[in-house]
Amino acid sequence: MNAQTSLLRAARWQPLELVFWVLAFASPWLLAQHALIINEIAIVALFAVSLDLVLGYTGIVSLGHAAFWGFGAYSAALFAKHIHPDPLLGLAVGMAAATLLGAVCSLSIMRGSDLTRLMVTLGTALILLELANKFSDLTGGADGLQGVIMGPLLGQFEFDLMGQTSAWYSMAVLLVLFVLARRLVHAPLGATLKAIRDNRLRAMAIGIPVTARLAVVYTVAAGIAGAAGALMAQTTGFASLDVFAMDRSADVMLMLAIGGVGWLYGGIAGAVAFKLMYDVIANITPQYWTFWMGLFLVVLVLVGRERLIRPWTWFSAKARNEGTS
Amino acid sequence: MLTLLFDGVAYGMLLFILAVGLCVTMGLMNFINLAHGAFAMLGGYVTVALMQRHGVPFLVCLPLAFLASALMGVLLERTLYRPMYKKPHLDQVLFSIGLAFMAVASADYLMGSQQQIMQLPDWLRGRTELFADTPFVLGMGHYRLFIIAVCAALTIGLQYVLSATRFGSRLRASVDDARAASGLGINVNVVFAATFAVGSGLAGLGGALGAEVLGLDPTFPLKFMVYFLIVVAVGGTTSITGPLLAALVLGIADVAGKYYIPKLGAFIVYALMIAILIWRPQGLFVRQGGKS
Repeated sequence: MNAQTSLLRAARWQPLELVFWVLAFASPWLLAQHALIINEIAIVALFAVSLDLVLGYTGIVSLGHAAFWGFGAYSAALFAKHIHPDPLLGLAVGMAAATLLGAVCSLSIMRGSDLTRLMVTLGTALILLELANKFSDLTGGADGLQGVIMGPLLGQFEFDLMGQTSAWYSMAVLLVLFVLARRLVHAPLGATLKAIRDNRLRAMAIGIPVTARLAVVYTVAAGIAGAAGALMAQTTGFASLDVFAMDRSADVMLMLAIGGVGWLYGGIAGAVAFKLMYDVIANITPQYWTFWMGLFLVVLVLVGRERLIRPWTWFSAKARNEGTS
Repeated sequence: MLTLLFDGVAYGMLLFILAVGLCVTMGLMNFINLAHGAFAMLGGYVTVALMQRHGVPFLVCLPLAFLASALMGVLLERTLYRPMYKKPHLDQVLFSIGLAFMAVASADYLMGSQQQIMQLPDWLRGRTELFADTPFVLGMGHYRLFIIAVCAALTIGLQYVLSATRFGSRLRASVDDARAASGLGINVNVVFAATFAVGSGLAGLGGALGAEVLGLDPTFPLKFMVYFLIVVAVGGTTSITGPLLAALVLGIADVAGKYYIPKLGAFIVYALMIAILIWRPQGLFVRQGGKS
């Protein structure tokens, strides 16, 4: 089997994936009373997929991915409020704005160690937070941007209170961008990204243009994160300062860690698990849920992230040794 | 003008004491510890609780805060941190954020979510003004003067230990290349545990000193984490003069920025940090020759 067929085989759609997507699209209809939370899950799943491109496939530890999410959210909300209420146009605007920001910010993640990148990405999100706070006549400042009213989707489907329209809308956008991301990571471009993640020096030595590839993947991921932010702003009709907060970047990183990095479905699985877990814990102890979240993180890392999604390795000694080494 | 500079220096010194442990641990084990602020918070709460509930004098509280945080540091290092050193940075970030979250929630549970108030002893309250009638008025809060004195003494002590004692040379050797150092018979694990304890203890002391200046509430570890990390990232991890200068610059820039352009808030500090890191990704003051 040569390299081409092995790459192509990994890229082929599996029957299970199709089943998953059919179920996902049926869920707002089957669980109509939970449509709002399904909508939320679809949106954060998209956000996690975007971070996975950067973190899982390229190995850039980013603690400021909320910068793009927030930028997309504010762009879409402002566009809807002041220019045109059409959701798809707003989505395009949000994505374009975040993509542009991503292209600019990609300059800042080229050099340095993990710590440097961590600080630069975090700093970018914090700067945007300060700016959004400062231009309060545009963004509403600490009160948030209110009064965003969306027009009907495609001119006929109104956003209803039950959230079914929003859920399908978000799900459709998730599917489109997921297919795009899937295509990207299975293309030769994706293979070079993994090479950069595994050994940057060797990747450079075999002629991969490392900085150009980093710029491309960071920009694409920023665009996808912007789309997620825009969806969030459109379906809730609200954007507030906490879209840039560090908690949000940490949350999405946690989702990815739960689901597994370097695997696009990891983002989706993590988003589902995180949202459900959050709902359960926050119901029991609304004030102290961060404690349990933190404990979960600590245990997760101590036990080994890789083993959480592979239950068959939990009780075998061999796998345990591999997991801890 | 001079008053601002003075406040900035006091703030910077405080940040340095808080962050120096983080610099050394990061340089020594290449471990990204986002939970460092939790040790500082522990020191702060120990001081507040002892002073308010048991009437222990302030000066006795400071060493106790140091001890409590150092003990906690050793305990966590031996049990939880050790398996983390070899793991990828993503794991370390997740692990230490988890610890920080737990610390925040525990402090909230044990001490309540309100801001804690420090009762300073009388001799530390008040202010002295120098050059009162000239344009260069220098108003010095006694407490800030005290902070500067303590921190300066600690810095000199640290520099002495690092550069002139046997332990210091072992530590420097381990930071430069842990493998070669252990090959020469230095027990890197013991060096590291001791350093971690002292670093956590210093953070606790800083938290105790800074409770009045920085404010102390359960979100302390997350709120100041960014500042500690800036000190480390900008100052580099190979010496303690780098972080010291970085902390001073940060302190002065932050105080001046918040005074002159209050609306922009911390914007200046972040922008400055990003600019510096794009210009010198390994930090401003990096000694050549060590392992990067």
